[in-house]
Amino acid sequence: MAVTTTTDSPAAAANTTPLARRRGTFGADKLWALAFVTPYVAIFVAFVIYPIGYGLWLGSDPASYRALFGDPVYPRTVVNTLLYLLFGVNLKLLLALLLSGFFMRKGWWTKILLLIFMLPWAVPALPSYLSINWMLNGQWGLINNIIWNVAQVDGPPWLDSPGLALASVIYGHIWKWLPFWTLIFLAGRMAVALELYEAADVDGASRLQKFQHVTLPLMAGMYLVCTMLSTIWALGDFNAVRFISGGGPALSTHVLATLGIRNAFELGDPNLGMATVLTALPLLIPLVILLMRQLRRSEVTI
Amino acid sequence: MTAQRPNRAIGRALDSIGAWVLSAVLLVWTLLPIYNIIRVSMQEKEEVLSTSVFPVAPSPHAFSVVFRQAFWLLETFWNQMGNSFYIGIIVALLTLAIGSLTSFTIGRMRIRNGWMLTNAALLTYVIPMSFLAIPFYGIMGKYGLTNNPIAVIAVEVTFATPYAIFIFQQYSASIPFELDEAARIDGASPPQIFFRIYLPLMAPALVAIGTYALLLSWNEYLYAFLLLSGGKVVTVPVALGKFLVGDEAPWNYLMAAAIIYAIPPLLIYYGVRRKMSGGLTMGGVKG
Repeated sequence: MAVTTTTDSPAAAANTTPLARRRGTFGADKLWALAFVTPYVAIFVAFVIYPIGYGLWLGSDPASYRALFGDPVYPRTVVNTLLYLLFGVNLKLLLALLLSGFFMRKGWWTKILLLIFMLPWAVPALPSYLSINWMLNGQWGLINNIIWNVAQVDGPPWLDSPGLALASVIYGHIWKWLPFWTLIFLAGRMAVALELYEAADVDGASRLQKFQHVTLPLMAGMYLVCTMLSTIWALGDFNAVRFISGGGPALSTHVLATLGIRNAFELGDPNLGMATVLTALPLLIPLVILLMRQLRRSEVTI
Repeated sequence: MTAQRPNRAIGRALDSIGAWVLSAVLLVWTLLPIYNIIRVSMQEKEEVLSTSVFPVAPSPHAFSVVFRQAFWLLETFWNQMGNSFYIGIIVALLTLAIGSLTSFTIGRMRIRNGWMLTNAALLTYVIPMSFLAIPFYGIMGKYGLTNNPIAVIAVEVTFATPYAIFIFQQYSASIPFELDEAARIDGASPPQIFFRIYLPLMAPALVAIGTYALLLSWNEYLYAFLLLSGGKVVTVPVALGKFLVGDEAPWNYLMAAAIIYAIPPLLIYYGVRRKMSGGLTMGGVKG
């Protein structure tokens, strides 16, 4: 992640055009350029355009949508997806924004803490989600064992009640991705010129005032981009639900990504599966358009 | 003045107490699931199903089972690790090759319709990977590539290359064009400029993206699960996922295998981290 304004650097602009234009007339160069981009174009056509087209075709049968909307699991799944995005993404990013401020502190302890704090991001998703699954087991999980040892009462059956199971999935998602977004915001904060804070200090600004009047305005754009990107990624997240709750109990914690895979492969109906996934398009398309516009303009790369 | 000083001292004390409390909370929050992996991996079967919080009789039994592949779900564990490595390294190399060629052509040769490629990459980057899994499965069936590592490699390269193109473009903006021009005047062809000037100067970015692609593919579950159904081609995540299918998963074996599977990325991550300039690592893993 870097917040840069590379394209506007005058040096880059100055040495672009004349040579490039002259070069355009060389036939051999054109051939080389063509040869160089062919692999990427081929990949894009074969593995992005073609699957998108094929997917839209698979999901174009009205009968699948009738079956889908008649499925009692579906409304629940839509609600779950929205809750997952609403709480998972926003809680995570808010915490990340606040924690990035904490990690700006100086000193050896903060550095070590940051290294430890990054662990969830460095460990592959599957071991962590499986661990969370067993940790939250109602009978023999670590959490309920701790509760039992401390208070001699049975903890709640985390993964056996729909509400708690969904909350557990959201917890797993936040746990896994909080470090990543904290680092992103940390990089963003470091890019904010120190002089601005010094000037605020001179003016006698309190910490809250500095956050409100310096950090927030400068990072608002970035926060927005991160929210959109994180929403898209969370929408496509399959592993957290699959390995923490498994969509259970009684199919009550599925999200669109996992229900789509279930309908396509467990029920053996690719059309239904694709229809399930495609019902996310009303949310996905505006996000993709907004995000592409933002990413192109602001040169924020994540 | 006199009234202010004790106030400030109290403020500072509160501040450091707050910092320590927050540190403690963060440590517990971060380490709890990780402690749980390690705890369970050291338990014997009977102890897994107990109310212990700390390991009562820590034993390397589960690790030894994984090492000897002495459990039916782990019969080909080392072969699976090999598959994960093989796929990861091919993905990293292909991503580097295709990403650097593309960004060289867009940024250095400045082809007229380069923006279209940038947009294509951007679009790929913002599409949730899992949404294309169903058509992808069908397409790979048509190509006759199901249960073939090539199918998974193709997916991973497709989704890793866009990020590679962004980072390469950004990084190469710092390489002066005068170098290319000087080489041109000396009669260098585009491939010569690419290999002799562009690639060597891009080394740090290449390391970063190679690591990124390797980890992306090492961590991939869904596509590997769908496209590698069984036999000798399965990767570790797919095998770990299979543990949950049974009623009574042997959690200690699962956690021991999961630890071994998590070690290479941890080593790579913490090893390479220092060598890379801050910005490049940040995009590390896409969800």
